[in-house]
Amino acid sequence: MLEIKNLSYRVENADIVNSVDLLVPDRSFMVITGPNGGGKTSLAKLVMGISTPTGGSIFWDGQDITALSVTQRARLGISYGFQQPPRFKGMKVRDLLEIAAGEHISHDKACSYLTKVGLCARDYIERDVDSSLSGGEVKRIEIATVLARRCKLMIFDEPEAGIDLWSFARLTETFQEIHDRKEASILIISHQERIIRLADEIVLLAGGKITAKGSVDEVYPQIVSDTVAGCNRLEVKGAC
Amino acid sequence: MLNDIQKRILEIVADMKDTGSGAVNIRSDGEKAFRRNTEHIVIESKTDKDGIDIRIAPGTKKEAVHIPVLLTKTGLQDMVYNDFYIGEDAEVDIIAGCGIHNCGEGHSQHDGVHTFYVGKNASVKYVEKHYGEGDGKRTLNPQTVVYLQEGATITLETTQIRGVDDTKRYTKVICEGENSEVIIRENLLTEGEQFAHSEMDVFLNAAGSRAQIISRSVAKDRSVQVFYPRAEGNSACFGHVQCDAIIMGGAKVRAIPEITCNHVDASLIHEAAIGRIAGEQILKLMTLGMDAEAAEQKILEGFLR
Ligand SMILES: Nc1ncnc2c1ncn2[C@@H]1O[C@H](COP(=O)(O)OP(=O)(O)OP(=O)(O)O)[C@@H](O)[C@H]1O
Ligand SMILES: [Mg+2]
Repeated sequence: MLEIKNLSYRVENADIVNSVDLLVPDRSFMVITGPNGGGKTSLAKLVMGISTPTGGSIFWDGQDITALSVTQRARLGISYGFQQPPRFKGMKVRDLLEIAAGEHISHDKACSYLTKVGLCARDYIERDVDSSLSGGEVKRIEIATVLARRCKLMIFDEPEAGIDLWSFARLTETFQEIHDRKEASILIISHQERIIRLADEIVLLAGGKITAKGSVDEVYPQIVSDTVAGCNRLEVKGAC
Repeated sequence: MLNDIQKRILEIVADMKDTGSGAVNIRSDGEKAFRRNTEHIVIESKTDKDGIDIRIAPGTKKEAVHIPVLLTKTGLQDMVYNDFYIGEDAEVDIIAGCGIHNCGEGHSQHDGVHTFYVGKNASVKYVEKHYGEGDGKRTLNPQTVVYLQEGATITLETTQIRGVDDTKRYTKVICEGENSEVIIRENLLTEGEQFAHSEMDVFLNAAGSRAQIISRSVAKDRSVQVFYPRAEGNSACFGHVQCDAIIMGGAKVRAIPEITCNHVDASLIHEAAIGRIAGEQILKLMTLGMDAEAAEQKILEGFLR
């Protein structure tokens, strides 16, 4: 279980994450949504240890991990798929999957991870993860590396971004499968209705604060009524 | 016949177990240590100077020649001339490589001049690894000259793995025949106070000739690297020069790619990038469970592969 307690991240007098409390129960499926710049990626990076909070604490299975490094958290079972994954000159898709799995993996195994994100292993496994890959391809490989880690907590940052309709359909099935099999807790940052509808719980994050939380039926209608075309009231709190 | 040091270094620079198989010429401490010819590949010592002539018969398919050079005595200065005559339609792999084991006070140096005459439609892959170990100073100054006839292709893969204090390399490729092609991949790692200088001239003189030069390097500590790849298009040709360097610590890297077009249908491109390892890359590998040091090592390994 992940417990975020009074977590803050302040940069140059801006409250990017502002006193957030959040519980992610084991084997749950949670979606965080909210306006651009609301603090979603910042929150995920705090959980992964990529950024250091300016206040509050993070507990993982009862252990205070606030001071642990990225590596330590990864080894405790937390994984994170970047919103904008980096590219590597000279690193093959197979290399990344093997690092993620922590062992040599068979062709079949590699294939299964890539299939789950709608990629054909034969075409990709020996390719470099460099600028020769398209945006959607890099993004799907990123997601595959998180799957290959088989962690207890999987955080995906806008997994749908740049992904075509066919792969997206495959991806939502994959998330659903993981959830159905109770393999892990899934925390997805997303703007996609189809993903939001899969969630047990939706969290709305705006201006660095949680402004709503609940089931799809409770929160989704509120989001829809709040987002009037051309005027995002979540962002400016009715000031327009 | 070969001692343990020689065997170990042979494996590092030429991937050879003992004297390997196929055509082989091992030069050790300035002398011929071992030679084996095959039906299609004949190696002969030069009579006017130090070095060998390697003749590869036309039509030779899927054969390899290993010609490693070892320096194990301290203070040895070695200079050789190797000429390769590759017959029409031949397909060969040439594995060169130089390993210096200098455990003395003296300065060990090997200067090699390799000249390739690649016949019509022949295809050559040349792999060269440079490696040094020991306390004494180690210098390697290779020169490579290539003449390509019509439809001939050569891939030059050169790697300076570790331990070479001083290197000055020069590579010249002349695409004389139509549709000839050269691919150069240079990988270099320097550390400590090492210095590496690499200069290249590629002349695309015939229609349809192509060149691809990819230089990847890592400069650590206080080492210094200078790259000066030049490509000249004198016909309807295509050339791409790419220099990529990762810089660490107090190292310095200078890259001066130069392209010259003397023909309206010549198309040449150059790219050069020097920078530290992207922090995001290290972070990404850390999220996969690696520690920062291992992540950095992995990134460098891939980069220099
Ligand atoms: N290191 C930083 N320095 C200054 N501002 C920052 C820093 N990191 C994040 N921000 C700002 O904090 C806000 C939240 O950023 P964050 O990336 O968390 O948003 P997000 O909710 O993920 O948005 P999106 O939906 O666009 O991905 C943004 O306004 C961003 O510009
Ligand atoms: Mg974001």
